[in-house]
Amino acid sequence: MSPQPEQTLWVERLDVTVGAHRRAAVRDVSFTVGRGEAVGLVGESGSGKTLTCRSVLGLLPPGVEIAGGRVRLGSGADEVDLTTARRRTWDKVRGVRLGAVFQDPASYLNPSLTVGHQLAEVLRTQRGLARGPAHARSVELFTEVGLRDPDRVFHQYPHELSGGMLQRVLIALAVSLEPELLIADEATTALDVVVQAEILQLLSRLRRTHDLSLLLVTHDLAVVADTCDRVLVMYGGEIVESGPTEQVLRDPRHPYTRALLAVASIGDWSRRTLEVIPGSPPEAGEELPGCRFAPRCRDAVADCTAEPVWLTTWPDENRSARCLRAEDLESVGGPS
Amino acid sequence: MTTAPLLSVTDLTVTYAPPRRSGSLGTGAALAHVDLDVLPGEILGVVGETGSGKTTLARATVGLVRPAGGRIDFEGADLGALKGRELRTFLRSGQVQLAFQDPLRALDPDLTVGELVGEPLAVAGVPRAERNQRVSESLGLVGLDADSFRDRYPRQLSGGQRQRVSLARAIVTRPRLLFCDEPVSALDVSNRNLVLRLLDRLRHDLGLAVVIIAHDLSSLAGVADRVAVFYRGRLVEQGPIGEVLQKPSHPYTALLTASAPSVQQENRLRPDQVRTPQADASWDATACVFASLCRFAHEACTQQPALRPVPDQPYRTAACHVADEWRRDLNPTHQKGTR
Repeated sequence: MSPQPEQTLWVERLDVTVGAHRRAAVRDVSFTVGRGEAVGLVGESGSGKTLTCRSVLGLLPPGVEIAGGRVRLGSGADEVDLTTARRRTWDKVRGVRLGAVFQDPASYLNPSLTVGHQLAEVLRTQRGLARGPAHARSVELFTEVGLRDPDRVFHQYPHELSGGMLQRVLIALAVSLEPELLIADEATTALDVVVQAEILQLLSRLRRTHDLSLLLVTHDLAVVADTCDRVLVMYGGEIVESGPTEQVLRDPRHPYTRALLAVASIGDWSRRTLEVIPGSPPEAGEELPGCRFAPRCRDAVADCTAEPVWLTTWPDENRSARCLRAEDLESVGGPS
Repeated sequence: MTTAPLLSVTDLTVTYAPPRRSGSLGTGAALAHVDLDVLPGEILGVVGETGSGKTTLARATVGLVRPAGGRIDFEGADLGALKGRELRTFLRSGQVQLAFQDPLRALDPDLTVGELVGEPLAVAGVPRAERNQRVSESLGLVGLDADSFRDRYPRQLSGGQRQRVSLARAIVTRPRLLFCDEPVSALDVSNRNLVLRLLDRLRHDLGLAVVIIAHDLSSLAGVADRVAVFYRGRLVEQGPIGEVLQKPSHPYTALLTASAPSVQQENRLRPDQVRTPQADASWDATACVFASLCRFAHEACTQQPALRPVPDQPYRTAACHVADEWRRDLNPTHQKGTR
């Protein structure tokens, strides 16, 4: 492999199982997020994208376990292995070195405390700031995330703010302790398009000003196209394709990515057809002999279901795809 | 347009509770002076942000809220003039139906699919034998096998199936007009287009007019014939969907299309080309609803403009004083990039 820039997050061969029968929901997922890099993790519900990101945050629901693999944060002396971390380590990592924002900001705030109180409290307990400086820094952070009239917002309760404003408050909380990595799990999904565009722009700006790495989990390829350097496409618990966003979207090498591009809302107003992907995605834990997309793939051949399909990598292009036919489909130009 | 509209909304105003104290947002007018037609057999997309009045339009039409002013004519009859028994008879006939946004919450968890779909018929007084047969027919139309789904409960269905049950319930009364409130926003991309295709098929099979309420433009682009754009209770632009999305006349529509995330990075308008960085609070209540965010606002915009035909574009109307002019004022370095 070519020399890597400094990595913020390493996920190596992560396996996550669900339930008493330990059904595999995430299989052999490996990726890295470089310092200051924005990586998009794209997939439909059930693809394993949320479990992957929850594994990184150590927030797996009961009954869901990491069955194998490693997750490491930081490099050199600052490196921590999150897969073996105990409570005490997590307290120093989660919310401090790892920030996160989710789809429903209102449920992550205390409804009976003002939003300013909640941000200042974090600064006072974690940074040891006194009341005055904590207030000043909070207002500064609220200004930075684009809240209008931050002095007033400081004294408002969550129910007094709109969804977009709450998401900005959550982002201010997430970046308040200068984390290395910010995870946004469907953070803009519930917002109106205009607000979504503003929040995505804000995330990109914070990434530059705070030298922040960004892991953006979404079901929407177009969101990734606007925001991320690199994209990972997940299907049925596996990464099926990865690479620089522009190249992957221009010339996808996995039929699932191609199918997603054909059906997704990608901002093409002149498109008047509604493509569908036949069939439905595999259930978590469903064992399929070969490629997990093969039953729905129009380019599948007998070999596809004969044995497990491994990731093919193109190191010089920084790309990979989990498809036996990636190269021969490309040589014929691939289906449109 | 020569066809008589199926639904004709004229100067419709709907008001919820007035603001109780100064400083609170207040709800004010949820819809203000809206004129809109729905033609038989067409699919009309209604877009707008939260609170723009799109759901209120549907609720007023099906009789769930009483308008403060204006008329709603359905097949030539003024719905507002219906009272008591007449109104009840009309509502129970199920000629206008509304499929709610969240099917899991809109479907009674204690009823089976068969009971849920048959309920509107029971209300209309259809005898049981005919009811069963129409429930099967309706489930068949939305692509669910009646025998295997009839006895299931909503919790035993996937999101896409629930949405289909919700639609089956709406079409069982053989409506002429169907409102769908955000039918696909909770669905994955694979299911999304299946449901949209289904709506398109139902319109052909049943000669149904469909109004799809959405906040996502691209899910409408493939299915709707026309689109109506709402902003803060006002209809700001309407017209054939391809034309409106590709060359918006109203700056708010332009902001919507520019904000929608897109895989295509070239030839795009950027949001900051049409909006100001901060809302300008100095515009008063009589001003154009979009003036506070509009880059092209000027003196004339202190009065809310009426919906007017867009020059050289038949079938299109926009409520903007600079509808045909603002493009000229775009920053020239970006001019090439706009479509």
